[in-house]
Amino acid sequence: MPITRTLNAADITAAVAALCGQAARVAPPEMRAAVADAVAREASPAGQDVLRRLVENYDVAARTGLPMCQDTGLAILLVEIGQDLHVEGDLEAALHAGVARGYAAHYLRKSVVNHPLRRVNTGDNTPAILHLRVVPGDRLRLVLLPKGGGSENAGALQMLKPADGAAGVMDFVVARVSAEAVNACPPLVIGVGIGGNFDTVAFLAKEALLRPLGTPNPDPEDAALEAELLQRINALGIGPAGFGGTVTALAVHVATAPCHIASLPCAVTLQCNANRRAEVVL
Amino acid sequence: MPDTEPLLLTTPLTEAKARALRAGDRVRLNGIIFTGRDAAHRRLTALLDAGEPLPVDLHDAILYYVGPTPAPPGFPIGAAGPTTAGRMDAYAPRLIRECGLRGMIGKGARRPEVVQACIDYGAVYFGAIGGLAALLGQCITAAEVVAYPDLGPEAIYRFTVRDFPLVVVNDTLGGDAYRDGRRRYAAPPPP
Repeated sequence: MPITRTLNAADITAAVAALCGQAARVAPPEMRAAVADAVAREASPAGQDVLRRLVENYDVAARTGLPMCQDTGLAILLVEIGQDLHVEGDLEAALHAGVARGYAAHYLRKSVVNHPLRRVNTGDNTPAILHLRVVPGDRLRLVLLPKGGGSENAGALQMLKPADGAAGVMDFVVARVSAEAVNACPPLVIGVGIGGNFDTVAFLAKEALLRPLGTPNPDPEDAALEAELLQRINALGIGPAGFGGTVTALAVHVATAPCHIASLPCAVTLQCNANRRAEVVL
Repeated sequence: MPDTEPLLLTTPLTEAKARALRAGDRVRLNGIIFTGRDAAHRRLTALLDAGEPLPVDLHDAILYYVGPTPAPPGFPIGAAGPTTAGRMDAYAPRLIRECGLRGMIGKGARRPEVVQACIDYGAVYFGAIGGLAALLGQCITAAEVVAYPDLGPEAIYRFTVRDFPLVVVNDTLGGDAYRDGRRRYAAPPPP
């Protein structure tokens, strides 16, 4: 009889609720550092002022417990469940319940409507967006990525042609950022998904945001693509808060996946300056 | 912008005050403002269609596009930074034209119809810094829901603000601080 580790659904709910409060209030240290460091690269005095105030805002949020952004987002949960782990109870229900509890307990905004056209607020910020993956081991890893609506609306997906190549990918990404960055609360982190298919390319872009800020892509060619995209995006002049400047994006993260011989799927997601993330391993 | 002191502005925002503002001016706003975002705008427009009175008087008023977080104990309101103004573009010109709405606060660019309504009727669009929500929440000294409590974060609130930091984005002459700032700092295209 193999030994299986057991986790209670109630403990998972409590862990998710705690993540909701943490993500909303405490900026990841590397994000705070990236915004603070950007002051030295920002040519515009107004842009520098915006960057300094954003750092102050992170600190005020951490100190007062107020959320750093009023849009506390859709709760995106990336869940890695060890194949040797047994969950006592309903895992998905426990995850949603954790979001409901966390958004209530921590005075976060409830930003979910029940139907895209009839639009009645569900009142507890559920349902969350769940991405579940089975992995080796007996642990449960929970990553919460709350994503605001303004920056989420700025994303786009394009099924490019293979002949479009890297140049086509870059033109698509830069055009989208050029059109939408001002709406998405710069300075931004840009996630780019390339490959996979229509289903998976948007998630690739989202997952790319989770790579630690400042670490380039391990693939040298993809890293070069990231560097060129960042240079072109910051040449747009949009700047912090859109008031003009040289720091529109802090980083571009590219993630790739194999794809069909006929396809070159590409997705870009714009992450705002409230680049929130919290995680726990149970 | 930061090298000059911000202008002190108090509500109500009269047409004369609005027409004196210029794109790029930094402003510290004091007084009373109302909140409204997508769902509230839809309801206000439906009332106009029906010829019925609005629950708030928008004449010489400022609408802040925001859905705040709930007030934790001891705070008048939670975090309260701007939402994307472009989603209100479908409604804003009518509120300016028919209701005398004088100011809007949000983030992001407006459509030409809104810019034109600002010129024609003497209204102003102010940009707040998106993502500055904890700090901006602390500039709100009182908050009260005055309409549509069933909409939750999309209800219309009446905020009392103190030294609320803003930049004039679209003025009454067609000026645009986002466009100007971008032109100033855009790198020349590669040869």
